[in-house]
Amino acid sequence: MVDIHFVRKSMIEEQEPPVATTGVAGWIRENLFSSPLNAVLSILSLAFIFYVLSALLPWIISPTWAATSLGECREILAGHEGACWGVIRERWLQLLFGFYPRELYWRVVLDFALLIVAVAPVLFTGLPRKMLVFSAIYPFLMPWLLWGGSVWNPIAAALGFVLGYYAHKLAKPTLGSLAAVILAFVIPIIWWAFLSGPVVDALASVLPLITLEGVESRNFGGFMLSITIGVVAIAISLPIGIVLALGRQSNLFIVRSLSVGFIEFIRGVPLITLLFVASTLLNIFMPPGTDFDIILRVIIMVTLFASAYMAEVVRGGLAALPKGQYEAADALGLDFWMAQRLIIMPQALKISIPGIVSTFIGVFKDTTLVSIIGLLDPIGLSTSIRADQAWNGVVWELYGFIALMFFIFCFSMSRYSMFLERKLQTGHR
Amino acid sequence: MTSLTDPPKESFRLGMLIYDTRYRSLTIQVVALIGFMIFAAWLINNTLYNLAEQGKNVAFGFLSDPAGYDINQRLLDYNSQSTHWRAAFIGLLNTLLVACMGCITATIIGVFVGVLRLSNNWLIARLMTVYVELFRNVPVLLWIVFTMAIMIETLPAPSDFRGENPEASMVLFDTVAITNRGVYIPEALFSNGLGDLPILPDRENPSCQPGEDGTLGDDCGVFQISLDLLLIVVVFGASLFASGLIRKRADRIQNETGDRPNTWYLRVGVVLLPTIAVLAVLGFHLGYPELKGFNFQGGTHLRNSLIALWLALSLYTAAFIAEIVRAGIMAISKGQTEAAAALGLRPNRIMNLVILPQALRVIIPPLISNYLNLTKNSSLAIAVGYMDITGTLGGITMNQTGRELECVLMLMLVYLAISLSISAVMNWYNERVKLVER
Repeated sequence: MVDIHFVRKSMIEEQEPPVATTGVAGWIRENLFSSPLNAVLSILSLAFIFYVLSALLPWIISPTWAATSLGECREILAGHEGACWGVIRERWLQLLFGFYPRELYWRVVLDFALLIVAVAPVLFTGLPRKMLVFSAIYPFLMPWLLWGGSVWNPIAAALGFVLGYYAHKLAKPTLGSLAAVILAFVIPIIWWAFLSGPVVDALASVLPLITLEGVESRNFGGFMLSITIGVVAIAISLPIGIVLALGRQSNLFIVRSLSVGFIEFIRGVPLITLLFVASTLLNIFMPPGTDFDIILRVIIMVTLFASAYMAEVVRGGLAALPKGQYEAADALGLDFWMAQRLIIMPQALKISIPGIVSTFIGVFKDTTLVSIIGLLDPIGLSTSIRADQAWNGVVWELYGFIALMFFIFCFSMSRYSMFLERKLQTGHR
Repeated sequence: MTSLTDPPKESFRLGMLIYDTRYRSLTIQVVALIGFMIFAAWLINNTLYNLAEQGKNVAFGFLSDPAGYDINQRLLDYNSQSTHWRAAFIGLLNTLLVACMGCITATIIGVFVGVLRLSNNWLIARLMTVYVELFRNVPVLLWIVFTMAIMIETLPAPSDFRGENPEASMVLFDTVAITNRGVYIPEALFSNGLGDLPILPDRENPSCQPGEDGTLGDDCGVFQISLDLLLIVVVFGASLFASGLIRKRADRIQNETGDRPNTWYLRVGVVLLPTIAVLAVLGFHLGYPELKGFNFQGGTHLRNSLIALWLALSLYTAAFIAEIVRAGIMAISKGQTEAAAALGLRPNRIMNLVILPQALRVIIPPLISNYLNLTKNSSLAIAVGYMDITGTLGGITMNQTGRELECVLMLMLVYLAISLSISAVMNWYNERVKLVER
C-alpha cells in the first residue's frame, strides 16, 4: 500500500480578484444585474430616468430668465417647449414675502435668522446653555419685528410673565402654595387685560424709544406667512400639548376625559373644518366687539390643531420612559410637579424631539390650506399671480418653484430629525 | 405605665380639601369641571348673543329647503330641486367614494414601493427613495392642484378625437377615452334588467305611480338600488359561501386521511358559473363611450376633479405607506427568516407563513391611521371643485344659506363619526392580534 500525501510547503501567491467582481464592473454586476429580473428592472428604470430627464431638462434649461410676460417668453422660445422663468425672477420676492412692504423685508429676514439662533440651543445640545436666555426673549421679539409697533408692547407682554413669577415667589412663604399659584395666574391676566394697554400707550407717548412701522396682517403672504403660522403654532402648542398629554395620562377621571375628548375631537376632524371655524365662526364665539384679524384667528385654530398632535407625541415620549423613573421620583419624595420638571419631562421631551420635528413638518405643509379660506400663502399667491395679464397661463413654473421651496424646507428638517433619532438612540442596543 | 390610646379623632377641616391627598384629587376634578362648564357657558353665551345681534338663530330647518345648485359627479340621483340634506348626503357618498378608491390604490402602490425600496437593485431602491421623499416633503394640496393642472393642460380635448386622422385616440381597445374633461369608461348595462328598488318610497309622490311600462320614476324613494346589482351580489356571495364549504370539506378529508382532494377546478366553477349565468340572463353588456357632437356620450364619466384628487391622494399617501411597509418588514429580525429556512420552508412560504403575519402586526395600525389621514385630506377636494361633503355642506350650502355654525358643526360631526369608526376598527384589530405575553 502506497501512501501518497501531498502537503503544500508554501503559500499560494495572492491573486487578483476576478475582474467581474471588482471596480465599476463588479459594482454594476452586483447591484444592477445580479439576476435576470434585476437586469430587466434596471434597464426599465434607466429608460424611465432617461425619458423623464429628456423631457424635463430641455424644458428647465430655457433662456427666458429676462422675460417680462408670457408673450415675451413665447417669442424667445419661438415655438419650442420651455419654461418661462421670467415669472420667478419678477415675482420670487412676492412668493417669499407676500405684500409685505419691500423696504421692510429686512425685518422678516432678521426675524427668521434670529429664529434659528433661538432654536439652535434647543436642538443642538453642544451649544452654550446661556443662549437659552435669548430663546426665552425671542417669542416676544418675533411678533414685534413682524407686525411692528412700539417696543413697549413686547416688553409689556413679557412683564406679565415676570409679574406672575414674582407674585408666586413672594406670596408662597406668606400665603401658602395654592394662593401663590392662583395669584401667579390672576395678576398677569389682570395686567394683560386691563393695565398693559393704557400703560403701553402712556409709555409710548412719553418715551418713544424705538417704534417700528406697523404692518397689517393682510400684507403677510408667501412663505413668510407659512413659516410664521407654522412656527407660532408649534411654539405655543408645545406647552399646551404637554399639559394635555399629562391630562391624558392622569388618573383623575374628569381631567382625563376632558383631555381625551379634546385630543380625539381635534384629531378626528380635518384641518380645513377648523379653518372654516377660523374664517367664519371664531369671532362669533368671542365676546361682542372682539375682532381678531384673520391671521390671528388662523394661528389660534392651527395652534389648537397642532397641540392635539403634540399631545400625542409627548404622550408617546412619556409612555416610552421606564416605570422605574416614576418610581424613583416617588422614592425621592418629589411631588408631582417637581417629579415632572426634574425627572420625567427632560427625558420624555428628549425622546419626543423627532416626533415634534415631524409634527412641525406636517403643520408647515398644512399651512398651505389657508389658501382655501383666501389667505395669500404660496399657493394662494400663485393664483393671484396668474390673474395678472402678463402671466396668465403660467402654471408649472410657479408650482415647481413652490414645490421646490417646500421640499428644501421639509427635506432638511426630516433629515435633521433622522440624525437626531440616531443620536438619541444610545441606551439599548 | 403607658396605655395605648386611640389617635385623636380627626375632624374635617376645609384646608384638607387642598392639603390632604385623599381629598385633593376630588377637589382638582371638581374645580376642572366647574372651570370647563364656565368656559363652555361663556362660549355659548357669546355665540347666542352675537347670533342674536346678527339676527340669526340656531336651527336646522334650512336643510329641508331646495339646494338650488348642481352636483356634477354623483352616485345617486340628484337635481337642483333636491334638498340640502340630499346634497350633503351626495357629498358624503362622494367623500367615501374617493376615500375608498384612494385607500385601495395607495395600499397597492405603497406596498409595491415599500418592498422595492428594500430591493438589492441599487437603481430601483434609489428611484423609490426619490419617489417617497418627493411626495412626503411637498404639501398634499400642491400635489392635488398640480395633478389637476396636468389633467387640464396636457390631456387631449374631446375635439382632438374627431376626424380622419385624430390627434388623440381612445385606449384599451377603444373603450376608454382620456380627455381633459375627464375619463370616460364603459358602463355596465343590462338589456333585460330588473329595474330599481326604491328605498323608503313616498306613496304621495307622483313619480312613485307605476308608468305605462310598469317602471317607477327616478325621483321615487330616498334613493334607488339597482335590483340587477343586488342579484349579482347575492349570487356571487352565495357562490363564495359554497366555495368555502368545499374548502372546509377538503380540510376535513385532509385531516382524516392525510390526502388533500384536488378541488380548485370545482371551486373556480362554483364561484364563476352561477355569476356568469346570472349576467347572461340579465343581458349584461358594456356601454362604450362615443364621441357625439362636442363631447363623449355614454359610458361612465369620471370627472377631472375626481381623478386628480384620487391620483394625488393615492400617490401622496402611498409614499407614507411605503415607509410603513418598509419599517414593518425591517422590524422582523433576520433570525426569523433563517429559522424558517432551517425548517425547510421555501422562500414564498417563508414570506407567507413567517414574515408577513409578524410584519402585519407592525404595519396595520399605522396603515389604518394613514387611511384616516387620506379620508381627512379628501376634504381638500374643495380646491379642485370635487363636490365632496366639504364642497357641498361646508361650501355651497354654507355660503348660500349663511348658516355657518350649523354647517360647520354638522361637517365636523360627520368627519368625527368617520374617524371614530375607523379608530374602532383599529382598536378591534389591535386587540385581536396583540401578542399574548406571559
